[in-house]
Amino acid sequence: MAQTANFSKAVRLGLIAGIVALSVSAIGMVQTFDVRDIITGVLTLGQLLLFSTALIAGYFSWQKGEGVAPVGAILRGLVAGLLTAVPPIALIFLTIIWPGIRNSFVNVSADLIEILTFGQTPVVGSLMLLVVMGVLGVIGAAFDLLPKRIQKPLFSGLLWTLVIGLLSEILLLILRPYTPRAVLNFLFGAKGITPITAVIIFILAVGISAWWDAQGKQAMQQRRAEMAPAKAKQLRRLNIGLGVAFVLILPVIMGTYLTEVADIVGTFILMGLGLNIVVGFAGLLDLGYVAFFAIGAYVMGLLTTQGDLGVGGLSFWAALPFSVLAATLAGIILGVPVLRMRGDYLAIVTLGFGEIIRVLVVSDLLKPYIGGAQGILQIGKPEAMGFVFVQPEHYYYLILAGCLLAVFVSWRFRDARIGRRWMALREDEDVAEAMGIRLVSTKLMAFATGAAFSGLAGAIFASRLSSIFPHSFNLLISINVLSLIIVGGLGSLPGVVVGALVLVGLPELLREFAEYRMLLYGALLIVTMLLRPEGLWPSPIRRRELHAADIDHRPDDSEDAKSMA
Amino acid sequence: MTNILETTKVVKRFGGLVAVSDLTFSIPQSSIVSIIGPNGAGKTTFFNCITGFYNIDEGDIVFNGRSVKGRSPDQIARLGISRTYQNIRLFSSMSTIENILVGMEPQLHSNWVGALFHTPKTVKEEREALLEANRLLDFVGLRGKGDDLARNLPYGDQRRLEIARALASKPKLLLLDEPTAGMNPRETAETTEFIQNLRDVLDITVLLIEHDMRVVMGISEHITVLDYGKKIAEGKPAEIQSNPQVIEAYLGRGAAASATIEVSV
Repeated sequence: MAQTANFSKAVRLGLIAGIVALSVSAIGMVQTFDVRDIITGVLTLGQLLLFSTALIAGYFSWQKGEGVAPVGAILRGLVAGLLTAVPPIALIFLTIIWPGIRNSFVNVSADLIEILTFGQTPVVGSLMLLVVMGVLGVIGAAFDLLPKRIQKPLFSGLLWTLVIGLLSEILLLILRPYTPRAVLNFLFGAKGITPITAVIIFILAVGISAWWDAQGKQAMQQRRAEMAPAKAKQLRRLNIGLGVAFVLILPVIMGTYLTEVADIVGTFILMGLGLNIVVGFAGLLDLGYVAFFAIGAYVMGLLTTQGDLGVGGLSFWAALPFSVLAATLAGIILGVPVLRMRGDYLAIVTLGFGEIIRVLVVSDLLKPYIGGAQGILQIGKPEAMGFVFVQPEHYYYLILAGCLLAVFVSWRFRDARIGRRWMALREDEDVAEAMGIRLVSTKLMAFATGAAFSGLAGAIFASRLSSIFPHSFNLLISINVLSLIIVGGLGSLPGVVVGALVLVGLPELLREFAEYRMLLYGALLIVTMLLRPEGLWPSPIRRRELHAADIDHRPDDSEDAKSMA
Repeated sequence: MTNILETTKVVKRFGGLVAVSDLTFSIPQSSIVSIIGPNGAGKTTFFNCITGFYNIDEGDIVFNGRSVKGRSPDQIARLGISRTYQNIRLFSSMSTIENILVGMEPQLHSNWVGALFHTPKTVKEEREALLEANRLLDFVGLRGKGDDLARNLPYGDQRRLEIARALASKPKLLLLDEPTAGMNPRETAETTEFIQNLRDVLDITVLLIEHDMRVVMGISEHITVLDYGKKIAEGKPAEIQSNPQVIEAYLGRGAAASATIEVSV
C-alpha cells in the first residue's frame, strides 16, 4: 500500500522533468546545443540536455531509507522517465495539428522535431523517445541501488567523459601543435571526441576513481601523516611552485584565442576578488560595482588616449595609479551616504549609483569631455623598456599580476584585525558595534578596497581593448560579478576563481551557451543555493586554537597557527 | 564606595510608550547588582540605553565620571562597558576563537598597513591577541572548541562564549542579560559561581538582568525592581523579598498581602 502511495513523488518529478524538457526544447536550447557533438555521432550537447532530465528525474524518484524494494525503485524510475517523455511528445503532435505554432514559438522548428523524433515519423519517434526516456529513468533510479563504492567511480567516469567531450574543441586547439595528425584523428571526430576515446576516458576515469577510493586516498593521507613537518612544508612549497609555473606557461600552451578568453576570465576574477571583500567579507550588498570598473577604465582612457579627448597624455603606468585612486575615492564617496543603510536598502542605493555613472557616461552633458556614446579610442598600451604590450599573452601576465596582488591583499586582510571586523559586521552589525568596532572606518575600508580592485580591472580592460564604450559598463557586469562570487562561495578566494571559470569562462568557450547565459546564471544560482548554499569552493574555517603546549612553551611560534590556515 | 555607573532621571520613549521612566540608579564599584521585574518592564531597554543602542530622551548616564549620553555603542564599548544578550547573538559563522578575538577589538591598534606588510608590531600584537584569546577560551571552559563554528556549539557553550567575548574587551562593567535563561539547575549553579568569580577574581562590576530568583538572591548585593519602566523598589535581597510592592508587581494585587517571594538560596 505504502509503495503505491509513494509513487506520487515519481509522478511529480517526472512531470516536472518533462516540463523542463519541453521548456528547453521550446526556447531553442536543445536545437542550439545540438550543433555541438560531445561524442561524435553518438551524443550531442542538445541530446544530453534533453535526456538528462529523465535521468535526473529517475535518480530522485525514490530515496534510500523509504524502505523501497529494488523492484519498486526501478518501477518508480520507469514512471518518472516515461512521464518525462510525455510533454515533449505532446509538443511533437502539437506541431502536426497546429502547423502555425512557429508563429508563436519561433524555436519549435522542423529541426527540433527531428531531434525529438530521432529523424523518424512522429509516431515511431515518439515511441522511441518514450522508450529512451523510460530506460534513462530506470538507469537513474537503479544508480542509487548500487553500493557507494561503485556509484562514485561510475559517476566520475561519466562526468569526465562528458566534460572532455564538451571541451574537445579546446583540447584539439591546444594539442594540435604538439600531436601527430594520426593520433588527433583517432582521438577526435569532426566534432567532439570519437566513441573510442569516450570509452577510453570512461574506463580510465572509473579505474582511477575506484583505485583512489580503495587505496590511493588512504595511502596518500598516511604518507602525509608520516611525513616530517619540514618535509611536508617542502612538499607544499613544491606544489605551490608547480602551480605558479603552470599558470605562468599557460598562455604558451593555450595559444592566442584561449589566452584572450583567459584575459576576460582574469578581469572578472580581479573584479570578483574586489567584490568578494565588500559582499563576501563585509556583507555589504553592492549592486553598482560596475561603476568603479567604469571609473577605472575611463580615467585610464582619458589620461592615455591619443585622441581629441586626451588629458595629460600619460603613459599606461603613469595613469594606472590615478585610475585606481579615482575608483577608490569613488568607493569612499559612495560609502559615506550609505553608511547607515543595510541589506536591501544598501543594494538599491548602490544599484542606483551604478546606473548614475552609466547614465553620466552616455549623457550629452559630459559628451565633450568623455565622448558620450562614441566612447574613447586609441587608449595607451603599457610599455616596459621598449617592449609594448599588444598581444593577449602580454595582457595575460598583467592581469595575472593584478589578480595575485588582489589575492595577496584579500588574504592578508582576511586574516588580520580588519578582516575580523568585516566578518563581525557581516554577521551582526549591532553586536559588532557594541564590541567596539568603528562602523564608519570598517565599512569605508571595505568599499575602498573593493573599488580599488575594480578600478584596476577597469584600467587594464580599457588598455587591452584600446577603446571603451559606455555600453560595456552596464548593470549586467555587476550581476555577473555578484553571481560568480555567490556560485564560487561567498568570502572564498579560490571560490572567486572557480566561479569566474564556470560563469565567465564556459560561456566564452562554448559559444552556444552565450545566448542562454542569463538563463544559465539563474538556473545555476538556484541550483547552487538549493544544493550547495556555501558555494562550489567554500572557504575553510581557519584553525587558530592553540594547544596547551603552544600556549605554555612556544608562545613565539605563531607559524603553526598561520600555516594551518 | 564610589559608583562606577550613575544614571539620573533617564527617560526613553517609543512613540507614546514610556519604556524607561525617570530612572535614577547607581552601581557601586566592584559589586554585583541585579535588575528584576516582570516581562516588558524595560530591563533590556535600559541595557540598550546604557550601551548606546538607544539614545535616551532625557536624563543622563555617567560611567566612570564620563557621560555616555550621545556616544555611539563602539565608543561606549571602548570606555569599558561590555554586554551579553538575552537571545544569544554570537557571530555565528565565525569560529569560537575568532568571536573572542573580535571582542578584543578595543585593545587592538594595528591598522591595515601593518596587516598588509606584516610589520613586526602587527605580528606581535596578533600573536599576543591570539594567546590571550586562547587563555580566555580556557577560562570559560571551552578548550578544544576554539576552531568550531560558534553556531555549532551547544546552547550552554554559546552562553559561555558570549561571556568570554564580552570579557575579551577587558570591561570594567559587564552587563549580563539573563545569563542563565534556558539552563538546567546544574548549569545555572555553575554560571552563578562563574559570575561570582568574575567579580571576586577579575574585579569586574556586574549588572545582571535575571528571572531566576535563586540566582538573583544568591549573588546580588543590590537589587533594583522595575515595573512599567519605573523603579518600584531597590535594596538588599532580603529587603526586596519582603517588599509588598514587588510582590504585587510579580503576583498581582491581592496576593501581596499574603505572600512573599519564595526563595531558597
